[in-house]
Amino acid sequence: MIIPDSDLWVVGDETLGEHLQRRGVSRRSFLQFCAGVAGVLAAGPMAAGRAHAAPTAASIADSLASMTKPVLVWLQLQECTGCMESVLRSGATTVEELILNLVSMDYNELLMAAAGTAADEALAAANAQEHILVVNGSVPLKQDGVFTTIAGRSAEAILRESAEKATAIFAVGACAHWGCVQASRPNPTGAVGVDRVITDKPVVNVAGCPPVPEVITASLVYTLVNGTPPPVDGQGRPLFAYGDRIHDFCPKRGRFDAGQFVRTFDDEGARRGYCLYEVGCRGPDTFAPCPILRWNLAQDWPIGAGHPCIGCTEVGFYDRFTPFYEVLPDLKAPGTGVEADATTVGLVGLAAVGLGVAAHAGATAVQEHRARTAAEKVFLPLVGEVPTRDLRPDAGAGPPAQQPAPQPPEAGTEKEDDR
Amino acid sequence: MSEKVVIDPVTRIEGHLRIEVLAEGDQITDAWSQTTQFKGVEIVLRGRDPRDAWAFAQRICGVCTVVHAIASIRAVEDALAYPVPKAADIIRNLVLGSQMVQDHVIHFYHLHALDFVNVAKVPEADVDAAVAAAVALEPNYALNSVGRFQAVQDQVRRILESGQLSIFTNGYWDHPDYRLSPEVDLIAVSHYLDALVWQRDMIRINTIFGGKNPHPNFLVGGMASAINMDNELTINQVKLDQLQALVERTLTFVQDVYLPDVVAILGGYPDYLDIGRSSPNFLAVGKGVYNCAGYPAPPNGFRPGVILDGKLEVVDLDLDRIKEFATSGWYRYPQEGIGLQPWDGETEPQYTGPVPPYEWLADNERYTWSKAPRYDGRAVQVGPMPRLLSAYVQGEAETRDDLDPLLRQFGATPEQLNSTAGRILARAVEAVQIARQLQGWLDDLVTAITSGDDRTFNPDKWEKETWPTESKGVGFAEVARGTLSHWVRVNDGFIENYQAVVPSTWNGCGRATEQLGPYEQALVPHPLLRPEQPLEPLRTIHSFDPCQSCGIHVLDVSGAEVAWAQVQ
Repeated sequence: MIIPDSDLWVVGDETLGEHLQRRGVSRRSFLQFCAGVAGVLAAGPMAAGRAHAAPTAASIADSLASMTKPVLVWLQLQECTGCMESVLRSGATTVEELILNLVSMDYNELLMAAAGTAADEALAAANAQEHILVVNGSVPLKQDGVFTTIAGRSAEAILRESAEKATAIFAVGACAHWGCVQASRPNPTGAVGVDRVITDKPVVNVAGCPPVPEVITASLVYTLVNGTPPPVDGQGRPLFAYGDRIHDFCPKRGRFDAGQFVRTFDDEGARRGYCLYEVGCRGPDTFAPCPILRWNLAQDWPIGAGHPCIGCTEVGFYDRFTPFYEVLPDLKAPGTGVEADATTVGLVGLAAVGLGVAAHAGATAVQEHRARTAAEKVFLPLVGEVPTRDLRPDAGAGPPAQQPAPQPPEAGTEKEDDR
Repeated sequence: MSEKVVIDPVTRIEGHLRIEVLAEGDQITDAWSQTTQFKGVEIVLRGRDPRDAWAFAQRICGVCTVVHAIASIRAVEDALAYPVPKAADIIRNLVLGSQMVQDHVIHFYHLHALDFVNVAKVPEADVDAAVAAAVALEPNYALNSVGRFQAVQDQVRRILESGQLSIFTNGYWDHPDYRLSPEVDLIAVSHYLDALVWQRDMIRINTIFGGKNPHPNFLVGGMASAINMDNELTINQVKLDQLQALVERTLTFVQDVYLPDVVAILGGYPDYLDIGRSSPNFLAVGKGVYNCAGYPAPPNGFRPGVILDGKLEVVDLDLDRIKEFATSGWYRYPQEGIGLQPWDGETEPQYTGPVPPYEWLADNERYTWSKAPRYDGRAVQVGPMPRLLSAYVQGEAETRDDLDPLLRQFGATPEQLNSTAGRILARAVEAVQIARQLQGWLDDLVTAITSGDDRTFNPDKWEKETWPTESKGVGFAEVARGTLSHWVRVNDGFIENYQAVVPSTWNGCGRATEQLGPYEQALVPHPLLRPEQPLEPLRTIHSFDPCQSCGIHVLDVSGAEVAWAQVQ
């Protein structure tokens, strides 16, 4: 068993670098830790190369060594705690390194010792100073927010209080990003993501249900290292993790291109590790680092374990990607190696992003930033309609709309190169 | 004159729980358990493909993360009369079992221990004495070393001296009822950190079959992880070897560290075998991890049933006696005060509490998002303790062998398991039992594979054309926090209605049938020395391992007006 030989530096007149020197930790071994961080941040090589130079181990070390401990407020609103559990699983920057060495996490309901009034006072004290804010969970807006209260206050009130003096805001997980399962049709509680409530500051959306553990912790370390949150795509997702599609780096991509598919689970194709496209894989429409980083100390990942990707890093995946086991209708011919026309796709994608941006009236800086990053990205059209996350009283009422029937590739044109 | 005391948020739990109590002197005289979060996942499930349901239901809770998916696929398989290959059953048990052991360990060290362990005393510990004590207690554990303990002590000291206490901010460190020696405090904090490392490693049992954790993937009709010993991308010898190593490490930690730590820490708080006594009614349909499609049939060595009114005998389960009430919950029932059996349930959310922000809820008749299940009108406890108590009463050999020495050591009776300390002890014993069983299941899997029984999925009922037009199903599972059941009605290929009856509803509900819910009963009466530092009630509430996201749900099995229409 590997126990991290982590230690703390004393806040005040000693920097981390001085502390490590005093503790006899060589710059060389410190660099090794930083190299691990750099490895995670380099997960999206194409994206990072375009938008932002990936930090090197040396630059991370320089930056970390000159810091003192920032305050971290980590809220859990309307959610399932799966994102905090994911943080517990991070094997790059571990949770114990994060909260005992790198930051002072003065409020987090899952892990903090204090409860009740003492916890609430800890939150108030942290809110009163500059801090990094992480949010798990959505904000239920219907009926004055009675669907989630903490210390007698609504989730919305708690979020607004904590955002006021936040220097960086991270919406971690699909709930905080866009509302996730409880925001899916018919969204009974009016659940929305953080950036629908906090519109005057940029919100970084660390997407996924839950996000890959190392991506959560690396998003924070990136910010500590660079002094600014990571660059994001049109949905606010860090480019270092969400710059490319599952499909682009899937180890089964060769099977897809060769037309070798699982037709039903546990068939001959499944037993040969073939592509899961025909049993519903959403990898072609999903921007996520799963095939590169993999899960749980890089043991494996969903497609590797034989189940199709359900697209959990994408907005509205419970509505737009279901039924999960139907074939994605949008893809062009397997076997051609080019599965969509980039211009067409880009136009559709930009239109969708534009709707989302328009909702952010007043957040000019955010708009501009997203418009710019969106222009650099190519989005594939998703299954079903683009959700507007409408909060009108009648929004979502009525029976669930029919999902579009899966479109089998047209014989002759689509399958001609199927080998 | 009684004092109103509010504990909100109750931290170190899953979900949002608020406890209100009345205190007189140093005793709690009345208590209300209030779930303050509602998501409506069951409403969202209506109209969906039943094969997708597990992926929705799973997100009810990310701590349990496996259990709602399992109960969901069992319910759907019951509705579709869908048999599952043997290897898939074994794999599900390996995934559920490993997650459950992990869950118990995380609960003890990371969610519960700080109620008993004083971090602020760690710098006072004599490291050599702590090592000597730890080695005597846990001779097989390599990290009970001077180097390790010294590093942990230094780390804690620096945090405390820095003034930036992180997760220890505002803890009740000056409370006089922290009773352990600084040496035991140091051992526990060191193992708190070790357990974080351990759980990251052993949970890869989930990853091998489900691709990730939290929220691994499942499949109606089997499991998606195909077995082919002659392919590099499937379950093969490499994966089986990895599983063997992971199963061994799982058992080693719970057997050599977790259970001995629990015994040592409870040794400082023996009076908690008489504190936190709750409802004398208990329900269990099997030992931990037992899961089934349809109503529970007696598995080998266990009789599904209830223990009623403290009389230590197991009475056969009669599911028709399970009824849910909305007496104290924010729901509207067709007839107030009349309970409904899950198949016939009809519930609409109807919030009647104050508009937030609010100070006090307990003056209202309705004060929680939890409904109140009752068995034959009785509030019932579920969880590791009721499971073990039931197994013990039935004379199940493994449980007798595991529990008897511990009961002797504490000078306790089986009845005293119904207590704060008893629930903690039972959870640790159960973790050891399940960790042992993991090896058994892995052996079963290897045997199945070598005998050619290696199918992981049954394609026969996958297509909708093979389904009945109308059907209903139920799935049961004995999961980390107790008895879980999911109930589904399928109509013309889509989910017509869905309901989950979950452990934290049983344990964490409010008043109904003129009885307090189990959390509430456990707190009345209860010591509370300092109302501003509610350390003692937290010990007892945490002993139930609250999981409040699970404890909220809505159903409309009858097909009447859809509940969500009223929510707006």
